[in-house]
Amino acid sequence: MAFRDDVRRIKAIVWKDLTTERRSKAGFNSVASLGVTILVLFGLALGPDGQALRDAAAGALWLAVLFAGVLAFNRSYQVELEGGALEALLLYPGSRWAIFAGKLIANLIFVLLMLVIVVAVGIVLFQVRIPAQWPTLLGIMALGVVGIVVLGTFYAAMSSRSRAREVLLPLLLYPMLIPVLLASMEATKAFLGGDLLNASGAWIQMLALFDVIFLVATFLAFEYVIEV
Amino acid sequence: MSPATPSQFGPPKPAPVWLGWGAFLFFLFTQVYAVATSPADAMMGHLQKMMYVHVPAAWVTFAAFGVVLVASLHFLWKEDERADLLAASAAEVGSLFCGLTLVLGMLWGRPTWGVWWSWDARLTSTLVLFLIFVGYLSLRSFVEDPHRRGQWSAAVGILGAINVPIVWMSVRWWRTLHQIQSNPRGLSPEYLRGLLLNLAAFTLLTIWFIWRRYEAARYERAAEHAAQAAALGDNNG
Repeated sequence: MAFRDDVRRIKAIVWKDLTTERRSKAGFNSVASLGVTILVLFGLALGPDGQALRDAAAGALWLAVLFAGVLAFNRSYQVELEGGALEALLLYPGSRWAIFAGKLIANLIFVLLMLVIVVAVGIVLFQVRIPAQWPTLLGIMALGVVGIVVLGTFYAAMSSRSRAREVLLPLLLYPMLIPVLLASMEATKAFLGGDLLNASGAWIQMLALFDVIFLVATFLAFEYVIEV
Repeated sequence: MSPATPSQFGPPKPAPVWLGWGAFLFFLFTQVYAVATSPADAMMGHLQKMMYVHVPAAWVTFAAFGVVLVASLHFLWKEDERADLLAASAAEVGSLFCGLTLVLGMLWGRPTWGVWWSWDARLTSTLVLFLIFVGYLSLRSFVEDPHRRGQWSAAVGILGAINVPIVWMSVRWWRTLHQIQSNPRGLSPEYLRGLLLNLAAFTLLTIWFIWRRYEAARYERAAEHAAQAAALGDNNG
């Protein structure tokens, strides 16, 4: 019963966050444009040789998603703070973890939508040859995004309510994301290169493991972060 | 929100001066002893002496981070603000030694390996640990409310501690797919004695540093409480 209530709370928060985004659209458009711009800059730094671009494609794609995603995470709380809505949200009865889960799912949808645009542009700009088993690639992308969004949503809960939130979130988040990013980049790279060494399977398993570890850790710690 | 109660703890126990002097003199002795007694290494020559500062610095870095982890968990569990101050003090001292470990390692690596930096698991995870410390200390300096600062930095410290072995594992994997690392050679007794003595000296110095920093942090917190009480018009505070 209590769990069903929590599910309803999560749904309400996801719906609220996505509706706010859908009505303004400014947030999504600017974040997605930034992701594309970063890809263009990487292309200029690494190109124009086709093979060099293809070799670097996986890394550039993930970093573009990361750099643009960071803006989305801070935004997700900033919108609440401007209206004094976070305090009201905390005053409602019910578990705190439901707030985290709601924000997490909303951010996940936001970043996945952005990923679609960034990947589509990336495939064109970096002259990527799409492998035959592309559904696995989608799985890698999803796992990587989960890792980034879990930690991003967690750290943004702190940084967005501190002074200097613009610098604090990347400073806290990037070192924490190194394992997730490394696994995502390596799995993607191995996959795009035809996976001659069968390396991507192990990386995918590791990525899934990291996701689970960080998911559990952040859910346990969120209570302490949001209550003050 | 945190109540503006005056600190319920009395003045901190001052770090004894003899400990500081003792640790410093012991450190001088162990350095001279280790350098004087160890023969030149067959491969590295006298460069090997770097071991007596680099390895102990790395050891106390990890010990200090262990203190941050335990104190952070204790703070979240018991809400004892002294644990928060201890974690902050250990983090400051730990980041100092972590930076020292990295710099000394580079100075050692350049003549030995021919490069300043190599992306192996140990180096990379030490660097990540340093970055996590930097993030932890920045977070503390950007949050005013003491209770909030305590809760948040404890969460960051604990997650950072979870992350270090994960980074180590992932970088190790990343490296082994590309090339196999060489194993460190075993250590003969004439080197080991000097190393163990220096480990002890560095540990004593670290305890002294953390204790002194903790003492200062306690006074800073007491001043914070007093300022808060004065701002609220409480003449007894």
